[in-house]
Amino acid sequence: MSKLTIDVNEDNFESIVINADRPVLVDFWAEWCGPCKMLTPTIESIAEEYQDRSHTVKINVDDAPAIATKFGIRSIPTILLFKDGKVEEQRVGAVSKEELTSLLDKLIEG
Amino acid sequence: MNKVIIIGSGPAGLTAAIYAGRANMSPLVFEGIQPGGQLTITTDVENYPGFPGGILGPELMDKFRKQAQEFGATTLFENVDRVDFSARPFKIYVSEKEYKTESIIISTGASAKLLGLESETKLMGFGVSACATCDGFFFKEKDILVVGGGDSAMEEATYLTKFASSVTIVHRRDEFRASKIMQERALGNPKISVMWNSEIVEMHGSPGERGLESVDIKNLLSGDIANQATDGVFMAIGHNPNSSIFKDQLDLNDAGYIITKADSTSTSVEGVFAAGDIQDFTYKQAVTAAGTGCMAAIEAERYLEGH
Repeated sequence: MSKLTIDVNEDNFESIVINADRPVLVDFWAEWCGPCKMLTPTIESIAEEYQDRSHTVKINVDDAPAIATKFGIRSIPTILLFKDGKVEEQRVGAVSKEELTSLLDKLIEG
Repeated sequence: MNKVIIIGSGPAGLTAAIYAGRANMSPLVFEGIQPGGQLTITTDVENYPGFPGGILGPELMDKFRKQAQEFGATTLFENVDRVDFSARPFKIYVSEKEYKTESIIISTGASAKLLGLESETKLMGFGVSACATCDGFFFKEKDILVVGGGDSAMEEATYLTKFASSVTIVHRRDEFRASKIMQERALGNPKISVMWNSEIVEMHGSPGERGLESVDIKNLLSGDIANQATDGVFMAIGHNPNSSIFKDQLDLNDAGYIITKADSTSTSVEGVFAAGDIQDFTYKQAVTAAGTGCMAAIEAERYLEGH
């Protein structure tokens, strides 16, 4: 399977997340974060199912600390859902696929 | 119909899965909201036998899981919401989906205890944390508090000085119950100070970009309450067993731990076994959890042979 998530850093955050023409799911993670790894299958399956309707983005907080600071991230995994450049939803910690897809569906329809 | 369902995927649950798998019981493991359990939020595990030099907690649990899968265990990243042990086969529910099984091994472990404030729940992940190794990174050059007085509070406070500019330990009593060596390590650190006889009674801030901003701390001797600005609060006041879905089904002790018979993992319902921190309020080690997980699998196998 080709990679469906997009790795975003401080250089391309604006163009990929803020200026997107569709809702964007952003997963803040790090190598040293065990619970983040557990969330990976969920994020990848959403990326596959929603590839036509939204972007699924991964931000490594070690590589992009300024973005983490800007959005007040103080725990990972944290998922932010963006629409029209604004944070619409935020979830910290373990979260189910169903919860994320229902939030995404609302943003896609709304 | 399953022969055995295992609820929980820490050292107890996955060891049970290894043994049940090798006994051809095709175990089905519900991993829960924290697959791999409490070790996945630690860093180095230095006291698990067989790993001189230590091993990372998440890596150790990956190995447990792979070993269980090698023997035919199926692991599902799903959380059990409800159980029904009142009739046989036993039933468990994930959302509305029902699974039937002849035997059950419960290894749901324990979670960090919280103060129980509404504001604390609201700010969890926004400056309030129960895991220094997970969240410490986000508190570089910040002033933070650690609540507790045991070994884990000393360990978290010491660890957090790698990031924070100051760490204040807030403790309800006038002495720590932590071991001497851990206390000395913490108190000898120039970034660490202590507020004795003190308790956080309220937290202020809002979820989102600003997060936690301050807390109200009560001096338990004078009764005075003072507001203190802080960027983070780390909870280290012990653990609670994850037994809420079993409370009407099994005998629990006053603290919520599942009661098991002496020298056994059997519970108050025949065919239901409990292993690891959900039934162990004394040792709480990965290796003791693995030991009782092994016992549970052997006892489940014997139970199935007899029925």
